[in-house]
Amino acid sequence: MNDLSQLKVSSSPHIRSAESTSQIMIDVIISLMPALAVATYVFGARCIVLTVISVVSCKIFEHLYCKLMHKPSTIGDYSSAVTGVLLAFCLPVSVPLWMPVLGAAFAIIIVKELYGGIVKNFMNSAMTSRAFLMASFPALMTVWVKVRTKLPVFLNVTDAVTSATPLDSLKQGVFPPESLSDMALGMTSGCIGEISALALIAGGLYLIYRRVVTLHIPLSFIGTVALISFIFPKGMSAFNAEYMLYSITSGGLMLGAVFMATDYTTSPVTPKGQIIYGAGAGLITVFIRYFGSYPEGVTYGILIMNALVFLIEKITVPKKFGASKNSKEAADK
Amino acid sequence: MLHTFKGGIHPDGMKYLTNDKPIEKLAPPPFVVLPVSMHIGAPCTPLVNKGDHVYMAQKIADSDGPVSAPVHATISGIVRDVLPYPHPNGTDVLSVIIDNDYKDELDPSVKPFDVGRMTTVEIISAIRDGGIVGHGGAAFPTHLKISSGLNKVDTVLINAAECEPYITSDHRILLERTAEVIEGAKVLKRVFGEVRTFICVESNKQNAFDVISKRLLPDDGITLFPLRTKYPQGAEKQLIYSVTKREVPSGKLPADAGCAVFNADTAGAVYRLFSEGLPDMRRVVTVSGSAICTPKNLEVRIGTPIDALINACGGFKKQPERLLMGGPMMGNALYSLDVPVIKGTNAVLALCGKETVPFKESSCIRCGKCVKACPIKLLPTYIYQRYRKGSVEDLDKLNVLDCIECGACAYVCPAKIPLVSGIRAAKQRVQDARRAKK
Repeated sequence: MNDLSQLKVSSSPHIRSAESTSQIMIDVIISLMPALAVATYVFGARCIVLTVISVVSCKIFEHLYCKLMHKPSTIGDYSSAVTGVLLAFCLPVSVPLWMPVLGAAFAIIIVKELYGGIVKNFMNSAMTSRAFLMASFPALMTVWVKVRTKLPVFLNVTDAVTSATPLDSLKQGVFPPESLSDMALGMTSGCIGEISALALIAGGLYLIYRRVVTLHIPLSFIGTVALISFIFPKGMSAFNAEYMLYSITSGGLMLGAVFMATDYTTSPVTPKGQIIYGAGAGLITVFIRYFGSYPEGVTYGILIMNALVFLIEKITVPKKFGASKNSKEAADK
Repeated sequence: MLHTFKGGIHPDGMKYLTNDKPIEKLAPPPFVVLPVSMHIGAPCTPLVNKGDHVYMAQKIADSDGPVSAPVHATISGIVRDVLPYPHPNGTDVLSVIIDNDYKDELDPSVKPFDVGRMTTVEIISAIRDGGIVGHGGAAFPTHLKISSGLNKVDTVLINAAECEPYITSDHRILLERTAEVIEGAKVLKRVFGEVRTFICVESNKQNAFDVISKRLLPDDGITLFPLRTKYPQGAEKQLIYSVTKREVPSGKLPADAGCAVFNADTAGAVYRLFSEGLPDMRRVVTVSGSAICTPKNLEVRIGTPIDALINACGGFKKQPERLLMGGPMMGNALYSLDVPVIKGTNAVLALCGKETVPFKESSCIRCGKCVKACPIKLLPTYIYQRYRKGSVEDLDKLNVLDCIECGACAYVCPAKIPLVSGIRAAKQRVQDARRAKK
């Protein structure tokens, strides 16, 4: 027992927390499962098929790219799986099955790997890819099938009964036909992962409990949207709580604020910066929803703030401990 | 609401291994190794030669340097040799090795002080001659802490936060040597002119809290101060902030925030000096970790080689993977059992298995956990990035020299990036550059 030749001699600290990058990514995937379950109930098993295709394509593209560039493969850290799930979540359920494959190629190769791989991309890969697909296939990306429509699981959707999303109504300045409880539960049309506010909030609470994310970004993002839509509802008189509740439960806001905007790589590391970033994304979201030609502004809200992260961090460097002048006198006052 | 500071982490305390084990006195070892440098500051020059007889408590090394503290024999016997010997800091340091004659013959000049009749100057010089340094780990000479704070200090803090995992020596001292801590605190309080005085304890030591509050008299003028259990609560600057809400100005001393912080066992050493005349020659060490057979709190003579401590705890029950002196967050890794206990040694830990899982570094994922954990509010991940690729100016701008090396950032990092070792190297780089400029 006294063989000391095997002792590890290293610099302190000598213990580390049990957290790891892959554990964090697994936690994110777990937290997205309630939303997938609701989507499957509302839109059928096609949701799962699209998600699996997206995840597998992300993994394959990442692995191929690493092999081609003679880099060590990074698929073990599950970050591309998170990208895959998030990408599928911001597609309508009616998209053809090749759509997530193309989206995955764009997200992984162009947005992530060409910039140097994990954490080197400056824009959220799933969001950027959605913006790319939206711009390239505007018709396919805006087919909203009716709730509880029977869809083919593996074949392409040809003649689905479509409906408007709640966002379309809000843009007209009227309340959508769905009740608020339907909105919260997810009995509404929209992209796969965005429909159920409650399922997304449950996932967000899990992430906060696991200390993967903090409240800074989601709260400032959702809070900004809530505040503006409460005070200035579109087409209605001011201070309308109902309009506010519809605003925060519709579209991609919950998905975006809890899961996309909190992406470590493309959000600030400083606590103050996170609040500015979240509030900015919320502001842009409302602007696009009110005045833009797109019904939804979450995608561009996040992407524009992604591009500003570097600047936000620069102006929000925390004041170091002991930097305040006359700290002795100041404290005693 | 318990007081604390911003940032910090909650590592597994592991204190249950030893927090209910009463302090055991370890029999004096066959020989002691006394390095001439057991403190921050100038090393001492040996005053004895090979073959000399020394008394217990006899001064055997001293220095003229302003920042230094003398070394005393902790047993009586014959000087075996004066030679470089393995030191806990990882290098070989000139040390006086004394063979025990098992008589514990006390130096005839040792006698108690009548502290009530002594002037401030006399008290400070007695503390210097007693070789007392901080027992909390950093081993800053206590007399300097006092003299640099005279006329500036309005608050004395007795630090018993003991925020490092595993360590319970201060906790046991509070429970079993309560009077020593309180009496020592009273001396320190008097030196500064009857200033407000707090004994600061983390909330995870409730029983110590009860014992002290029972012993404190209203006349003592000492207040018990509960703190939230969080690492690094016991770091000097964080402790001062938690209690007084004052920030020690960057690059300055606690005295500049009007505070003087003494470890609880340092207060005990001050008490022993004045009541018995004994210099700094023994201390309580927690021997713990899952590789140790029976973890214990041991009172040992300073200079005792650590294998004597480990044998007193039944030796190793598993192959140790890491052997540490001090806590797992800021302690030093050892590679030999020959190194002696020095004045700042609060723990000897032998870790294995789950406690010290090997960590593999991966890319930073920008989670920002290091930023939220940093008690000095630095940006550890950016410092590390600039250390790998960047200029000295960049590092200086990121305030790298303010880092207290508490290890909170590296602990929380999910990518297991060795942030602290990078920051240490970066600090060195900035200091070298500043020196070159002068």
